[in-house]
Amino acid sequence: MVLPYFTFKIGGQAGQGVKSAGLMFARLATRSGYWVHNHTEYPSVIRGGHNVTSVTVSSRPVYAPTKHTDLLVALNKETVSLHNTELIAGSIIVCDTNIKLDDNLDEQVICVSVPINKITREIGEGELLGNTIALGCATALLNANLEHINNLIDSEFADKSPSARIANRKAAKSGFDYVTVNFPQYIKPVLAQRQNVIPLSVLNADDTVALGAISAGMQFASIYPMTPISNILHTLAPVQKDFGFIYKQPEDEISGINMAIGASFAGARSMVATSGGGFCLMTEGYSLAGITETPLVIVEGMRGGPSTGMPTWNEQADLRFILHAGQGDFPRIVLAAGDPEEAFHLTLKAFNLADKYQTPVILILDKNICEDDQSYGAFEFSRYQVNRGLLTTNKEDDYSRYKPSGDGISARTIPGCGNYFIANSVEHNAVGYSSEEANNRCEQMNKRMKKLQTYSEEDLPPPILYGPEEAEVTIVSWGSNKGAILEALNCCLKVNFLHLTRINPFPAKEVSDILKKSKHILNIECNYTAQMAGLIREQTGIEINDRLLCYDGRPIYPEDIIDKLTNITDAVIK
Amino acid sequence: MRLSNSTTMTELNDLATPYFPSYCPGCGDIAIWAAIKKAAVEKGWDNTNTTLVAGIGCHGHMVNFIKITSFEGLHGRAIPVSTGIKMVNPRLNVLVITGDGDLLAEGGNHFLHVCRRNPDMAILLFDNGVYGLTTGQASPTSPQNYISKSTPLGNPEIPLHPLAVAIAAGITFAARTYSGDIAATAKMIAQAVDHRGLAIVDILQPCITFNKGFSHTYYQDNTYVLDTNYDLTNKTWAFEKSLEWGPKNIPLGIFYREERPVLETVVSTTNEPLVSVSPNKRDISELLKKYV
Repeated sequence: MVLPYFTFKIGGQAGQGVKSAGLMFARLATRSGYWVHNHTEYPSVIRGGHNVTSVTVSSRPVYAPTKHTDLLVALNKETVSLHNTELIAGSIIVCDTNIKLDDNLDEQVICVSVPINKITREIGEGELLGNTIALGCATALLNANLEHINNLIDSEFADKSPSARIANRKAAKSGFDYVTVNFPQYIKPVLAQRQNVIPLSVLNADDTVALGAISAGMQFASIYPMTPISNILHTLAPVQKDFGFIYKQPEDEISGINMAIGASFAGARSMVATSGGGFCLMTEGYSLAGITETPLVIVEGMRGGPSTGMPTWNEQADLRFILHAGQGDFPRIVLAAGDPEEAFHLTLKAFNLADKYQTPVILILDKNICEDDQSYGAFEFSRYQVNRGLLTTNKEDDYSRYKPSGDGISARTIPGCGNYFIANSVEHNAVGYSSEEANNRCEQMNKRMKKLQTYSEEDLPPPILYGPEEAEVTIVSWGSNKGAILEALNCCLKVNFLHLTRINPFPAKEVSDILKKSKHILNIECNYTAQMAGLIREQTGIEINDRLLCYDGRPIYPEDIIDKLTNITDAVIK
Repeated sequence: MRLSNSTTMTELNDLATPYFPSYCPGCGDIAIWAAIKKAAVEKGWDNTNTTLVAGIGCHGHMVNFIKITSFEGLHGRAIPVSTGIKMVNPRLNVLVITGDGDLLAEGGNHFLHVCRRNPDMAILLFDNGVYGLTTGQASPTSPQNYISKSTPLGNPEIPLHPLAVAIAAGITFAARTYSGDIAATAKMIAQAVDHRGLAIVDILQPCITFNKGFSHTYYQDNTYVLDTNYDLTNKTWAFEKSLEWGPKNIPLGIFYREERPVLETVVSTTNEPLVSVSPNKRDISELLKKYV
């Protein structure tokens, strides 16, 4: 099955500028009026190792990468041998004239040989230009406007030396001209300029979490670098003076979460972000935020484990860990985003929930949405308002920080406003004094845990069901699989998809109602142990036996899901 | 939100909580408790201008006995909590109450890095060379060959010199006192808080229950006060003095002092303390243009 999209792929060694060229191609497509999805694969090295970015393009929104490749730009020989099986009849390979293609390549694959290395030498300037020359070739082959590439080069190299900008402009033009003169017969109007289209942004979830945090009035972030969330700090750090917040790099994740807790205790809207390994270090702080009732947003961008595992690849195997991390019982609010737009809205939401419930809120992402870009029109969040919850900065008579209340929420205050309290990691009484007295313990524990009930009543929306109400197969999934599943739904009949974003508290009744009506349930996850299926069983008693599990670090592709669905029943075939 | 200013003097009674210290009779912590309160009264520290941050250990109980808004956090993590507070509200006096196990073992990494950062806060190191709360195991300042529950064959490690570590890592105020001298300790705590930058006061204190070696008598017999000729701006001298330890050879006083820009000023992005401005929804339309 070949999905009705055009997929561009550029591959080469780490250091050859594959990722930046991929992003530039994506913007070439959006500026030409098309929607894109960008998927990058790379090993955990800075130089050497195979890097590849694929950009899926369409005149309607695209949510996932495809298995086939229409245009393969091979910056080295290895790219051809690794990806030639993805090529279909009419696919084009762009590569240097020195690369000898395998004899076993499909004869319907077209080779566009370009003297990339020779052109690079001629332009000189010691620049890395192969990727830009190839972009110029692609621009010509797809009948796009070279001016878009020139503009993209200008902004990419705005902060660098003018010679780099000029060399790259020359490189793009050389590639463009070489194809126009030598291969006019292969030019197709794939990226012909569309008119009257809305301007599209190209964003991944790292971008949107950072943008969401800034929108939400975040005031303090301490984030230790870690794949795949480093781009959050790369987005936040340069603009902290513009928006008046502090980003501070801590010495480790333990310090990171404790700094953020200190900042939040003092009154600042605070966040941390990390991946599974860093979150392992944060767990004691997570529990600390729980008992001291300190608002905090924690972003956990999952990657392949265990331990260092597959650090630049995707996995969703931290779900159970996140749900149970930290010692003791405390109110945990856990959300999970399935795409960059959802990550944006959930980030906004997470800050308000953390303040309202005075407890840590975890937003789960996974590598594929952290680093894969998607095109979007403007996000609608005009109705969003910062809600700090019950917070007093006036001196109150008889103030008690942890006074029991009907909904579990007590008025928070901050140091310096005259109200005395102790934010105490030790079990404490209403003022905050350490207390191990049995009745007090139960009163405080009940008060804290009551917040989850209040959340379930006031802030827990029903899960999202995509597709028809009545279906032959109901897919249950979460996180980045959302995109591939939505693509599969487009290609099938009588399939719907239950997408879970509220992980704890869990919308058990609504999930149960939907699943009980389902004729056949298919669980899709990127982990070995079907952790979400386990959670669903725990919460609803429903056991899902049919599973599509992926733990090779690669994304689940729409084609895999379509194959799986058609194996279940012919009724889904469109 | 606006932070109010102290309008009245702090009196000793204002600092009283319903709880009397739960320390062993004769414990150095009781004397430090008195010294902190004495300094607080003299300097006017109260709930409008000061916060205490403690780790875990006997020292951590202190937050229950001084009525100043406090954060008692995790073992070893008082430093990052206090650094976070100071960055977003530079107007608060921040006193870190910590122990030798808390600061130097569990929290050693944070200790190194906070010295590099130089936030304007004071670390009060309750240094008794033993783990008291967990009933007597070796700490990073226990002597070599020290016999304890965790080192029945003798401590195989040499002790850490906390002031030497602090000076090497870039602290801007390093001092030592003996808890039994409450007046001198109170004065030193006040000086540490007044110092603009990171200060540490290594407060030698006996654990009368679990470390019989470091007794009141031991400290009284073996400490001496740095004389008036001592140049406290000389880092080399300070480093040498901070390594001195032994019979009749334990220096007390200010070892080192320098001026360096403070962290909260360096990282500040607002004119007023961050927490004095309520967070508002921000307009990101300009920022979004870079993604088109």
